[in-house]
Amino acid sequence: MKADPKGVLTGEHYLDGDHACTEGALAAGCRFFAGYPITPSTEVAERFSARIPHVGGIFIQMEDELGSMAAVVGASWGGKKSMTVTSGPGFSLMMENIGLAAMMETPCVIVNVQRGGPSTGLPTMVGQSDMMQARWGSHGDYEIIAISPASPQEAFDYSIKCFNLAEKYRVPVMFMMDECVGHMTEKVVIPNPDQIDVEPRRLTKKSPKDYLPYEPNEDLVPDMIVAGDGYRIHSTGLTHDERGYPAMKPEVQEKLVHRLVDKISKNADKIIELEEDQTDDADVIVMAYGITSRVTMPAIFKARKKGIKVGFIKMITVWPFPEKRVRELAKKVKAFVMPEINLGQVALELERVVSGKAGVHHIPHAGGWVHDPEDIYKVIVEAAK
Amino acid sequence: MKKNAGNVPEHPMENLLRMDRIPHIWCSTCGIGTAVSCFIQALQNFDYPLDKIAVVSGIGCSGRIAGYIKLDSFHTTHGRAIPFATGLKLANPELKVIVFSGDGDLVSIGGNHLIHAARRNMDITVFCVNNFIYAMTGGQCAPTTPTDANSSTSPYGNFDHPFNIPLLVGSCGATYVARWTALHIRRLTRSMQEALEKPGFSFVEIIAPCSTLYARRNRLGTGLDLMKFYHDNSVIQHGAPLESLDIQFQKKIIVGKFIDKKRPTFLEAWDQYLGKKLGDKFISAEKGIRAA
Ligand code: SF4
Repeated sequence: MKADPKGVLTGEHYLDGDHACTEGALAAGCRFFAGYPITPSTEVAERFSARIPHVGGIFIQMEDELGSMAAVVGASWGGKKSMTVTSGPGFSLMMENIGLAAMMETPCVIVNVQRGGPSTGLPTMVGQSDMMQARWGSHGDYEIIAISPASPQEAFDYSIKCFNLAEKYRVPVMFMMDECVGHMTEKVVIPNPDQIDVEPRRLTKKSPKDYLPYEPNEDLVPDMIVAGDGYRIHSTGLTHDERGYPAMKPEVQEKLVHRLVDKISKNADKIIELEEDQTDDADVIVMAYGITSRVTMPAIFKARKKGIKVGFIKMITVWPFPEKRVRELAKKVKAFVMPEINLGQVALELERVVSGKAGVHHIPHAGGWVHDPEDIYKVIVEAAK
Repeated sequence: MKKNAGNVPEHPMENLLRMDRIPHIWCSTCGIGTAVSCFIQALQNFDYPLDKIAVVSGIGCSGRIAGYIKLDSFHTTHGRAIPFATGLKLANPELKVIVFSGDGDLVSIGGNHLIHAARRNMDITVFCVNNFIYAMTGGQCAPTTPTDANSSTSPYGNFDHPFNIPLLVGSCGATYVARWTALHIRRLTRSMQEALEKPGFSFVEIIAPCSTLYARRNRLGTGLDLMKFYHDNSVIQHGAPLESLDIQFQKKIIVGKFIDKKRPTFLEAWDQYLGKKLGDKFISAEKGIRAA
């Protein structure tokens, strides 16, 4: 399906990441936004509130993030692509209904423009320390998809990708921006609507009589309905069978929770997007995401100039983690290097996957500013020894 | 008489109940069952296509109501039925969205959403079963537990002050506010129908016995004894001042319809206000594309 022209602001623009993210959402067909103001993400909400009356849809500023996330889940069942935006403290509050979205298998997008934490932390300054929370912040076992953009252009492009993946896998998708990308202004090219692919909702073709709301297809994802279309379904946050009915039984729990996890992990190859550069004969591979992937570049160029064989992987998707690719590379390289603006969240996963087959050098940063490329360079040199 | 698949005469409410989920989980003589029967009767009287009606519940004994109603039904998280319903309604304005839940869910953990939905005049109908207690978790004190009443977390009696729910939602701007007990089935049914027909934020409080926990713990007898109590102690007083609607332990309960007024709903205000400001450039929410 191609984008609805009403939402697409075709042309060349000079936008910050937050504004570009909103344009991506509108281009993807998002027509419902519920949110609560929080720095440094508010510009996404502001732009949506200004744009949506010209496109057709709803912006509602809710009373808090608990309500925002609940409204996003409700709106998705009402048949609109829906989103919210927040930062650390609001992200924590949203976790309750992110869990509901995962359990009810509700397509939706949660944008987190990350700042320094914990708690109120550094409201106006950069962080990447909500990465583990994005993955497992709500209680129980489930999998989500998380994507990180590194520029306003990517904030536009990958915002669309988030909505498409949310529909395809009926899962909440976390768009893990950071304050730097959110607030940096660059050129953003918005293509014509007929050049933008959008994923439609996977609505069932079955009649109400034959339809079971949680009967999975081969890809483990069930087809959906829109409330009001005559299916009279039931959906619950309780453990449920294929009819959607509560079923307090270990066997049902086993089947359901495995499927919620497997529908992401078994489709990981189709979901994961990486940009690789000179990884084939590398001795050291640097992996990074978001703003840190850009800060890393001077360090890599310098190391290459000094004759070190450094490969680079820019992670577009962070979750699911690119396990398969990292395992392959771990057999060939000396070490991986991962700078991130936290004390080692995604690096922990890297370490688990590499599992001793190569070195893993993490470069922690507590937040407030980006890494000094020189610090990354030094670790690359160390790792190449 | 119409027969169902098992050649048993069909219950007149079967078309709106998920019969494959019966028996339900509620205790016998619980007031929730009465509230549900009145609701189904009100739905049958309500002139609206059933496929376009959705029911949303939160968590608790009353939170299970959505699961038994054969309409699009959603059993959400604790306290969040109203914001979920808000999203559902705004995304699909042709739906009639009903929130059916309990006092702890709507007034305590969901209190912030309740007052804001009333303030916005969100076009949803809320039925609140008030049984004065957290029943599903075993009878703990709620913000609706009358002073002096006993609960498992106020074992020496409750020293705290309960909410006057009609006053709360009325002062925030609800367009329809009524209160009945589970005894007043005819009036409650009629009131539910009125609330469904009312544009904007309509609210009905249903005082209902929790025979298993509240009644037993407070030695009030059986569910039937509580119905007798309602019979002897409820006073119908339409239009009573909201301030007079406090509930005291085992004292008279004022019931009736207290508010029935008109003001623009959230969506009407959205359309009218933005339509005026933006003129031809305005595209109404209803025209926004669906996800497919
Ligand atoms: S515990 Fe109380 S409220 Fe819950 S079903 Fe039993 S009687 Fe009803």
